[in-house]
Amino acid sequence: MSRDIQVSRRRLLRAVAAGAGMGLLAGCDALSRKQGFIDVLASTEPLNRRVQRFLTGDRLAEEFAPSMISPVFRPNGSIDPQTPEYLALKANGFGDYRLRVRGLVERPLEFSLEALRGLPTRTQITRHDCVEGWSVIGSWSGVPLATLLDAARVRPGARYVVFHCFDDLAGDGGRYYESIDLVDAYHPQTIAAHTMNGEPVRVSNGAPLRMRIERKLGYKQPKYVHTIELVDGYARMAGGKGGYWEDVGYDWYGGI
Amino acid sequence: MSSIVAPDIAPTRKHEWRTILRHRWPLRLMHWINLLCMLAMVGSGLQILNAHPALYWGEASHFDRPLLATQAVIRDGELRGATRVGGARFDTTGVLGVSGDARGKPTSAVVPGWAMIPGWRDLATGRRWHFFFAWAWVINGLCYLAWSLASRHLKRDLAMRRVDWRSIPRSILDHLRFRHPVGDEAARYNPLQKLAYLAVIFVLTPLIVVTGLSMSPQMDTGMGWFLALIGGRQSARTLHFIAMAAFVLFAVVHVVMVVYAGPINEMRSMITGRFRVRYPGAETLAPPAVTDSAETGARP
Repeated sequence: MSRDIQVSRRRLLRAVAAGAGMGLLAGCDALSRKQGFIDVLASTEPLNRRVQRFLTGDRLAEEFAPSMISPVFRPNGSIDPQTPEYLALKANGFGDYRLRVRGLVERPLEFSLEALRGLPTRTQITRHDCVEGWSVIGSWSGVPLATLLDAARVRPGARYVVFHCFDDLAGDGGRYYESIDLVDAYHPQTIAAHTMNGEPVRVSNGAPLRMRIERKLGYKQPKYVHTIELVDGYARMAGGKGGYWEDVGYDWYGGI
Repeated sequence: MSSIVAPDIAPTRKHEWRTILRHRWPLRLMHWINLLCMLAMVGSGLQILNAHPALYWGEASHFDRPLLATQAVIRDGELRGATRVGGARFDTTGVLGVSGDARGKPTSAVVPGWAMIPGWRDLATGRRWHFFFAWAWVINGLCYLAWSLASRHLKRDLAMRRVDWRSIPRSILDHLRFRHPVGDEAARYNPLQKLAYLAVIFVLTPLIVVTGLSMSPQMDTGMGWFLALIGGRQSARTLHFIAMAAFVLFAVVHVVMVVYAGPINEMRSMITGRFRVRYPGAETLAPPAVTDSAETGARP
């Protein structure tokens, strides 16, 4: 009799545990489908940005010895863009490529690759952290974004820098884009890189020009950049969240 | 606990049950918030791991020599889960690498859906969960620390005293013999329990927080000293995973101990705070278990 009670109690406990477990899982899944709940979760994103910036200021990302450079700089996202404008430029060895700086600037500018290579260059051997979790180390040379912005003279109302790219990652006719604020734009390690590991940037890594924004995850460092646009907001652009991955739910901060 | 023999006159007073307030309300509340946060963190953490289910040691990922990697492979035309630990390879179909989807059809989700938040591949949403509950967990943990210091819970209930260190061997034997403490001893934490809690609070928790933060490229601009200490960001990611596994192990042992020590009494002590302790009468120390018949002896 008492054994029966024990067995049934054990069974009850097991059922309660299993029920609670199933309920919890179902609950988490249901909540994950509710945009309102995701918005609540996302409310910590500005906290991450503010606290992390407060704690670290404008320090530089660690730079490594050449011996640390990864044998393969693993590409991700677009690795071989097929948009017509990109294919045309690629066929010509990017000889006709122009980087445009426009938007809220006093003086819109255009640079050929040759002109960019003639500008002051910063070289840095840094670690690239993908949002998926892996890291690779590469050497990058390019023009500090601050140099380009100063040359174009940013107007007072500008708050963000938007990067427009050649690649159509989703294959839906849209184009990859990203945005950062002026804090990251003027960081000394934020460069428009034309050279990787001593050679022109390869197609898989963002030829002819990609951004290096070293305090951000990989998706915040766009490849195949053709236009740098100064804006006062990005809400009316594409999905309105400030970037290709942001439009599908990733955080705009992208610093953790 | 002593074995001093003093004749007991009243046969009805073989032993006496007393109800004590074991856990005060702030502790109980923080305990359950902690559990909620940890479940969310582990589930969403596994979602994040699932985006690149391989661990490395050092600064960067050496894709050809992971410490631990799991992936789906096709062997003899069949989808199998393969897990690699160092140089050794294991078939982990059904658990890691490949598991059944809702209809039982094998899919190449590396972490099974039931262990992830959300239950499908969604790194963006997993990150949202993870960073929200990371804040909640850290704030809850700081509240716990502040309360434990202010209320002297840390000093009175958790700190190891000389007698605790001395009684470790006996406590190990008691655990091995499934011998339950009685009386005042049952109302206190035993030395092994204290050590486990202290290790979680002062070793595992800081480790998992610091390794988590040092995966942030922004934080790393100020945490080079820590990465230099452990070998780099990928080491941090691996240690973060190991610390998570240690937390899960702790939680499993914790629950097993609760069940073994009397699940109803223990659960009640963490819900209402009330905990029933048996004070043995002098003539008998024998029956250790909390039995149903003893339930009637309850006194508020």
